[in-house]
Amino acid sequence: MVELGKKVMAGDVRSASRLIRNIEDNLPGAKQEIRKIFPYTGKAHVVGLTGPPGAGKSTLTDELIRCFRRKGKTVGVLAVDPSSPFTGGAILGDRIRMQRHAEDPGVFVRSLATRGTMGGLSKAAGDAIHVMDAMGKDIVMVETVGIGQQEVEIIHHAHTVLVVLVPGMGDEIQAIKAGVMEIGDIFVINKAHREGAGKLFKEITAMLDMGPREPGAWRPPIVMVESVAEPHEFERCVDELSDKIEAHYQYLVNTNQLGDRQRRRSLAEINAAVRDAILETVLRRLVADGELDRMVEKALNKESDPYTLAEQVAERYLGGSKASMPVAE
Amino acid sequence: MSERKIRVMVAKPGLDGHDRGARVLARCFRDAGFEVIYTGCHQTPEQCASAAIQEDVDMLGLSCLSGAHRYLFPQVAKLLKEQGADDIVLVGGGIIPDQDFQPLYDAGFKAIFTPGTPLDTIVDWIKTNVKPRS
Repeated sequence: MVELGKKVMAGDVRSASRLIRNIEDNLPGAKQEIRKIFPYTGKAHVVGLTGPPGAGKSTLTDELIRCFRRKGKTVGVLAVDPSSPFTGGAILGDRIRMQRHAEDPGVFVRSLATRGTMGGLSKAAGDAIHVMDAMGKDIVMVETVGIGQQEVEIIHHAHTVLVVLVPGMGDEIQAIKAGVMEIGDIFVINKAHREGAGKLFKEITAMLDMGPREPGAWRPPIVMVESVAEPHEFERCVDELSDKIEAHYQYLVNTNQLGDRQRRRSLAEINAAVRDAILETVLRRLVADGELDRMVEKALNKESDPYTLAEQVAERYLGGSKASMPVAE
Repeated sequence: MSERKIRVMVAKPGLDGHDRGARVLARCFRDAGFEVIYTGCHQTPEQCASAAIQEDVDMLGLSCLSGAHRYLFPQVAKLLKEQGADDIVLVGGGIIPDQDFQPLYDAGFKAIFTPGTPLDTIVDWIKTNVKPRS
């Protein structure tokens, strides 16, 4: 455990995977290792892929690995799949699509289970990105769990977000709804041989046309990707997609927006860490001294209510007036 | 509040495409609360070993129904050892004749499960013998 951070920096796959696991399992000492590698992060281009289950995110990721490897870049992949709400178990099957790269030392694929986290990622995803970044991967691709309309956590971690859609999933109103449709830096219409691909293209175009856009600002391209059953066409489309991904990164760099994305990410990370540090400590104490049970009784008997109880907890553990208690908000 | 979860991989080395058993096991491990990485059919021993290392699993279960286990299984064991990952518990399953058990144990396999083994037996064995490493 002691030397994990150092080995990660040297590019050791097993140590990296172990460190990610220690973070997932919330092992004492794991945060210390992240502290060590943190100063060396921030070099990788983080690319997020999100979209509904079965849209083809893993297959696209696999093909994008090929593109980036051909350009001489090293690649890390974090593939998130859901945990069972009943048993906590999970089947992590994304890497089935990527196994042709298993023997390539320039590619590191790590599966993550959501472990109850909402938003499309797992709680450990942010730190797992840091680990792959510190290893020296040029590109870190993050494949979210199959999502619905509002799982947008990926925007807090990726520089470039790909929203992967397939034809036939709804009418034009779906395209102008808030949430996932707002977060794409690039839209991918996958399985474009299917009926409705043209219609979807028009809907996304119309949606983008409606949005306010400064002159010179990035307009999310829409990339049609043909079926994998037509390998040559498929490869050509994904080549085009990989160019667009790099163009977006270049755009962020050229317009000094990369810093904004990094700032957004830091803010989200600090938010989560503060919430963790305070909430976990307080909850642990409440459980340990039996206070939580007593609070539940009081709420059940209508002697008190959740808000009053929370205020009392905040007063007791954080001290001071309500104004100085951001945690109780 | 740390919680060590058991992470296992189910892999099918070789040309055998009969993956029903492997899928049933993956599902059963999920229901036992494990995190299961499934890598699909037609894997080379190199792919199995490399994926197990990348995923930092506690146990690697290999399934083979084609009769090639005597070559493929020890090959995976050898590759893991070469990469310093022989602390990953290896188990095998499939159509494996009794006389092949010993050579596989000698190669580093800790258990062999053949058709007809109740799922609970396998899960209990894992819970007893596979400890998440730190």
